[in-house]
Amino acid sequence: MPILETFILIPGRTSKQGCGISEGKFADGYQHEITTLQVAPPDMKRLGLANGDRVRITTESGRQIDVAVAAAAGDELPPGLLFIAYGDLSSRLMDGDTHGSGMPTSKGFDVTLEKLN
Amino acid sequence: MSTAVTKPVDPSLTVIEDSTCTFCGCVCDDIDITVKDNHIIEAKRACVLGKSWFFNHHADDRPSCLIEGRAASVAEGVDRAARILTEARYPIIYGLSDTTSEAQRVAVGIGDSIGGTVDTTTSVCHGPSGMAFQGVGEVTCTLGEVANRGDLVIFWGGNPAESHPRHFTKYSLMPKGMFLPNGRKDRTAVGIDVRKTKTAKAMDLFFQIKPRSDFEALWTLRALAKGVEVDPEQVRNDTGIELARWQDLMDRMKAAKFGVILFGMGLTMTRGKHLNSEALLSLARDMNAYTRFVVKPMRGHGNVTGADNVVTWQTGYPFGVNMSRGYPRFNPGEYTTSDTLARGEADAALIIACDPMANFSQPARERLESIPFIALDPKDTPTTRAATVVFTTATYGINVPGTVYRMDDVPIFLRPAFPSPHPSDFDVLSAIQRRVTELKQ
Repeated sequence: MPILETFILIPGRTSKQGCGISEGKFADGYQHEITTLQVAPPDMKRLGLANGDRVRITTESGRQIDVAVAAAAGDELPPGLLFIAYGDLSSRLMDGDTHGSGMPTSKGFDVTLEKLN
Repeated sequence: MSTAVTKPVDPSLTVIEDSTCTFCGCVCDDIDITVKDNHIIEAKRACVLGKSWFFNHHADDRPSCLIEGRAASVAEGVDRAARILTEARYPIIYGLSDTTSEAQRVAVGIGDSIGGTVDTTTSVCHGPSGMAFQGVGEVTCTLGEVANRGDLVIFWGGNPAESHPRHFTKYSLMPKGMFLPNGRKDRTAVGIDVRKTKTAKAMDLFFQIKPRSDFEALWTLRALAKGVEVDPEQVRNDTGIELARWQDLMDRMKAAKFGVILFGMGLTMTRGKHLNSEALLSLARDMNAYTRFVVKPMRGHGNVTGADNVVTWQTGYPFGVNMSRGYPRFNPGEYTTSDTLARGEADAALIIACDPMANFSQPARERLESIPFIALDPKDTPTTRAATVVFTTATYGINVPGTVYRMDDVPIFLRPAFPSPHPSDFDVLSAIQRRVTELKQ
């Protein structure tokens, strides 16, 4: 059985993602930024993850993405929190329901992380 | 401020002073751009996002119109678009945050003509704040007042250091203002967020709260403002911050001469959504019993604030407006685009200057991909690639004049740099509106 770790995932803006919108959404810079999951360095160490390793993220409602990881800069992320730049992958984790608000829950997902070989 | 076009020594260059960047809601209107052969080669004073905006919007050599992937004339595209919209039973119009207010006005008119639903990217941005404004109100001001008076500035649930890089230097932290002669030294900056971002590192005080505890933190501050006793242990458990620190913050808030809260989508996109925004707006309102306090959402796209303004002028509501009965009805969750698509209700769409095929939930994307829709965008995006009719349009601010609204609702006029071979959003939408009117007669 794979080891599943529970995290909270926060998608958000980054400078590179913002620049990438203007440079072109099919360009390498934008694509790299939105397909990299940032993990707190202590979590990287605890889970034996190295930059570029791939993991599977699954939400409570079963939405799933496979994504490469990178250690977050310094102490930007506390252990237990993940970050990914807004984009195609982060949107794939959103449910269609907006709870009567028009806004799908887009930050603060409860997710499990599974290391892929 | 007048437009100044100066001729530098090199005659192949044109310099346009005080041009406007429309990438983000700061709408900086002090950028000197240098143009050579219809390329912007310098953008003085622009931030990293602004430079990328100016340097990457050339006159694209794609056709101005594609129908089902094949090049077509704009007139053919307009006819097909109008037929799609008039033949639909539940047409939706969506986007509008990266175009001029003149174009936004026409889009709302089309929505009225076809009995459609008009929604903007506000619904997946600060839409929940828009709902909260209706419940609580907004104690507001311009960014000029923030720059000249704000001696305590709280950034809550946002990272302007990366999303609005010039906000600190132009408005909220660094400027020497009328009542803040020493600039940064006269201000106390407070960050409240779940991540220790680049913004957090620019603050005097930082509160790294537990994820999804904004509501509890805000109600703690509301209680402290009114002198209501709260349980220190529960506060620590709920928010991850000691009560003494919240009390210290409240003391500073009450002692401030002009307090400012600037908030991001950390509140609106997280569980609680409009209730988080409502708690924050209520806190700012409550503080006015003690001192002057204002609150402003940090708006993302260059003219998303204009979209709110224009849709409100024309329908009475800011977003998520349905006109199928011949009069406007507003109901987030029912008429907002994420919902009308994910529920499979919308059967045609007019998408203007946005990219739902990249930004929406998978159920919403699958629905959009399955229905006929029209997309207007200067760039090639996942949405333009899936559209039935695509118009490559001129870029607002770079090729097209018009009006945009800064995030504090101040209208700013655009000073374009060079002409585009493509039509503007306003031109295409006006043609679609005329053709819709003809088809409905």
